[in-house]
Amino acid sequence: MPAAGGKPRSTDRRRFLRDAARAAGGCAIAGMGLTYLARDARALPAEALRPPGALPEDDFLAACIRCGLCVRDCPYDTLKLAELGEDGPATGTPYFTARDVPCEMCEDIPCVAACPTGALDPALDDIDDAEMGVAVLVDQENCLNFLGLRCDVCYRVCPVIDKAITLELRHNEVSGHHAIFAPTVHADHCTGCGMCEKSCVLPEATIKVLPMRLARGSSAEHYRRGWEEKELKGAPVVEGIIDLPDRLPGPGTDNLVAPGGFDPAFKLPGAGQ
Amino acid sequence: MSVKTRLPVGEEAIREKGWIGAHRFLLLRRLSQAFFLVLFLLGPWFGLWWVTGTLAGSRTFGVLPLTDPLVLLQGMVAGHWPEFTALLGAIIVLVAYGLIGGRVYCSWVCPINPVTDAAHWLHDKLGMPKGWQPKRNTRFWILGAVLAASAITGTVAWELINPITMLHRGLVFGMGFAWALVVAVFLFDLVVARRGWCGHVCPVGAFYSLVGARSLLRVSAANRQACDDCMDCYAVCPEQQVISPALKGKPGETPIILSPDCTNCGRCIDVCSVDVFAFTHRYDQRVVPLTEPAAPPATRNAA
Ligand code: SF4
Ligand code: SF4
Ligand code: SF4
Ligand code: SF4
Ligand code: SF4
Repeated sequence: MPAAGGKPRSTDRRRFLRDAARAAGGCAIAGMGLTYLARDARALPAEALRPPGALPEDDFLAACIRCGLCVRDCPYDTLKLAELGEDGPATGTPYFTARDVPCEMCEDIPCVAACPTGALDPALDDIDDAEMGVAVLVDQENCLNFLGLRCDVCYRVCPVIDKAITLELRHNEVSGHHAIFAPTVHADHCTGCGMCEKSCVLPEATIKVLPMRLARGSSAEHYRRGWEEKELKGAPVVEGIIDLPDRLPGPGTDNLVAPGGFDPAFKLPGAGQ
Repeated sequence: MSVKTRLPVGEEAIREKGWIGAHRFLLLRRLSQAFFLVLFLLGPWFGLWWVTGTLAGSRTFGVLPLTDPLVLLQGMVAGHWPEFTALLGAIIVLVAYGLIGGRVYCSWVCPINPVTDAAHWLHDKLGMPKGWQPKRNTRFWILGAVLAASAITGTVAWELINPITMLHRGLVFGMGFAWALVVAVFLFDLVVARRGWCGHVCPVGAFYSLVGARSLLRVSAANRQACDDCMDCYAVCPEQQVISPALKGKPGETPIILSPDCTNCGRCIDVCSVDVFAFTHRYDQRVVPLTEPAAPPATRNAA
């Protein structure tokens, strides 16, 4: 009964509009502040790894309700919830730091089973398919194996040994007659569990698990690998290509510079031979 | 009446019903708040994992899922359709609060409520001015803004600053700087705005009042004819605007406090020396007829 109160109706309407505008304005500002904060909080530090099965970060931040059930069900106390103001991911979301406590890759994946929202994707039923990150040997100059020793610890502890990480033999240029057993990560199989990083014997690990976005490059959409295409097709990709003889060194080949090969018809000036 | 109004708030009820009688629901409420907190702390403190998780999402005795419906709703507007467990948990919570009153969450469960109640107590003690009093519906606007921010950023936006879950998660998992937010809420209520946070700002409270808008459990001013206008209920009620329609209703108007803002805290029941208020269901239209006009003053003199 605004008119009955003795005030003209238009004053009331004007007051109502003014109040509504004020409320809307205030909320728009508050909302924008919150939006800004939310964008800011999306930056995930490189050493913070999400639990197995975590959706891609953008989706994860929409999905995770920060309940901590995954944290509670992890038997190795690997996971923690980010606390406000610490240098971690968005407050309340679960993560782990490989160098502190790595993921032990439980076969029954209790963390995923605990998640009520699907922020940890229940489609992950084989822990070997987890993609928490990728191990990268970030510092060859300090890695003991690269220095010619047989430390091998990162290789030995890997739960996916010989698939996710292998020792690649190569010549040791320093001693001239020894080998280097280079720890080599194969991203297809590495789950990012962090056992290797945790176990690296050096004061600062030379092998580190990085999030996919930092660890991996990507191939251009239109690039094709000839040998893969050929295998897929079961035949040469381009028909009618003449298979020229490979020029292997040694007698009886057509390698012109090989000892015992045919005499070169033309010699580079100054080429010693 | 002039003698009575000069009594401090609640004094008369204490004389009539004794201290315990005049603080019954307040005590029960504090017990309930402590109970829900301790349930979550049994695990981390004593290794009794009856209830795991936080207020945002929990699992009781390994089977019963409960999910904060507002947190889940933000996730949904941010673009994630949750798994069944979380949905079921939210539905259970919605049904429960839909029946007993959405803002029962506020007065009986929420861990921020003791903080803002303490701020209000101190505010009263210090005789501070009301301060900034934004419109009561501001919180609904904020609720809208929170959902919009979630949709725009694709994140559960309110959880970045929500002092309720921060405090709860802080106590159960580890505090970080979450205490700063709690202090901020306390100071806001103390210095900036009387009953500011829970009464005007908090979008969680706003959400729950929508949830409980048609709730069964209600407070009724059934005995309103006995009201002697001491105004104590207005003084203790965190949402005092809800009282008048029921208490001052004309004959024939409902004595039920129907406003969804009422938190079902029961303080009005406690503080009323003539027992005007009582818990009942929303369809209970009974009004106690005034039998003996002189009765209430008589008892008071006797006491
Ligand atoms: S797989 Fe096991 S160790 Fe790894 S995070 Fe999950 S529960 Fe923890
Ligand atoms: S259980 Fe799922 S929703 Fe809960 S904190 Fe872990 S990832 Fe987030
Ligand atoms: S993170 Fe290291 S230990 Fe774990 S799977 Fe990858 S290479 Fe192996
Ligand atoms: S209004 Fe908000 S902070 Fe206050 S008791 Fe209710 S939910 Fe908790
Ligand atoms: S009307 Fe009574 S029960 Fe409702 S909020 Fe006020 S004091 Fe609490």
